[in-house]
Amino acid sequence: MTTSSKATRTLGVLVLAGIAALLLFGLVLSPADEVQGDSVRLMYVHVPSAWLAYAAFLVTATSGLLYLIRRTRSRVWDRLAASSAEVGVVFTGLAILTGMIWGRPTWGVYWTWDARLTSTSVLFIMYLGYLALRRLPGDPDVRAKRAAVVGLVAFVNVPIVHMSVLWWRTLHQEPTLARLDLDPTIDDLMLFTLFLGLVVFTLLYVWLMVHRYRLAWLEDRVDDEGLERAIAERRAEAAADGALVGPAGSAP
Amino acid sequence: MWRDAALVAGKDLRLEARSRVATGQVAPFALLVLLLFAFALDPDRGVLEQATPGLFWLAVLFSALLAVQRSFAVESADGVRDGLRLSGLDPAGVFVGKAAAVASELLALQVLLGVGVVVLYGASPRSAGLLLLTSLAATVGLAATGTLYGVLAAGLRARDTLLPLLVLPVLAPVLIGATRAYEAALAGTPSEGWPWVALLTVFAVVAVALGVVTFGPLLEET
Repeated sequence: MTTSSKATRTLGVLVLAGIAALLLFGLVLSPADEVQGDSVRLMYVHVPSAWLAYAAFLVTATSGLLYLIRRTRSRVWDRLAASSAEVGVVFTGLAILTGMIWGRPTWGVYWTWDARLTSTSVLFIMYLGYLALRRLPGDPDVRAKRAAVVGLVAFVNVPIVHMSVLWWRTLHQEPTLARLDLDPTIDDLMLFTLFLGLVVFTLLYVWLMVHRYRLAWLEDRVDDEGLERAIAERRAEAAADGALVGPAGSAP
Repeated sequence: MWRDAALVAGKDLRLEARSRVATGQVAPFALLVLLLFAFALDPDRGVLEQATPGLFWLAVLFSALLAVQRSFAVESADGVRDGLRLSGLDPAGVFVGKAAAVASELLALQVLLGVGVVVLYGASPRSAGLLLLTSLAATVGLAATGTLYGVLAAGLRARDTLLPLLVLPVLAPVLIGATRAYEAALAGTPSEGWPWVALLTVFAVVAVALGVVTFGPLLEET
């Protein structure tokens, strides 16, 4: 059984074409930064990854909330939350990694206690915990509820962590933050490339989500069918036993 | 809800008073953490003094984990949890009660730790009002979040390792806020501390609200 369909294949081709275009614009057509040189090109992967991380966790939190509300409770939301969290963790990791690679030539170190780095790594660990919780065996309904609460609490924390570490930073003087200045001085082509990156990565997210969701659905079906099959087998056994017991019992 | 909360809090605190786990194990543990920090940083007394607020709140955080684990270990023994569910108490009340019990334990612990840092680290507390309000707001946030995650992790086989992993990142803002506010209070510049108290208060309110709303579904099926 496959998780793809004609529509997702079309979407996949679109994403591939988008990535090719992003490579072309990011590596060839867009200019190097005056100060940072070629390392600025990492931005075209880094910023979309970070944006997708937040977006994915928003989906997780919203789905979790919909699962918790009794009226809209459905396994659909649980699967959606789980899939989105997984994809989100991947993009968070990618954002941290590209940020560190970018930090080495720009700041001279891979890791600094910069506001963005710190808040994002806290976020990363939070959702690793979320995934760890999901992986524990147990009743799927209980697991879904627990995961929904954790996803919700973790997301409520995102703006607080983000802002608090910003304030935290402002109390200490440190090198300039890794911030993208979207003022008019930014090159038009750079802005376009960044925008292209956001669109392509969002499409990639949708594509990944469709497949991950279907995989989760198939996993659930395997579980359910496994149970049904086991029940059917036991019944068949019982029937067979009954057939054996019948004549034996009637024997003298 | 408040009556139920008072009942549950009273039950938990009586349990602690009788079993003496909080006074016999959690409090000594917190003091031990202070001592270990001193061993690690002692050669440079200035560093220890500078790091006092952070070390203080780290000790509180670690002890809070123990207190939460203890609070739910008590529930899962002898089927108390089923008893709680059958008793018809309002789940929101159970949540507030348990959080209040943990919070009062933590406040008592902070008094002890406060004496500890003054004696061991030579901290000189100033702006008592700021210190007090910071402790109150941070403790409510810690206790509410801890209680919510405590019931979540209760009944899980891997709870001892999973609880810290889940709850510590969530409590990062409390650690940051409380540390900064204490820094300001110890440095004698309280005006820098008040924004952090505001942050801690927001966190506490959000944590309590989330707990009140989600505790019911969690308690009923774990």
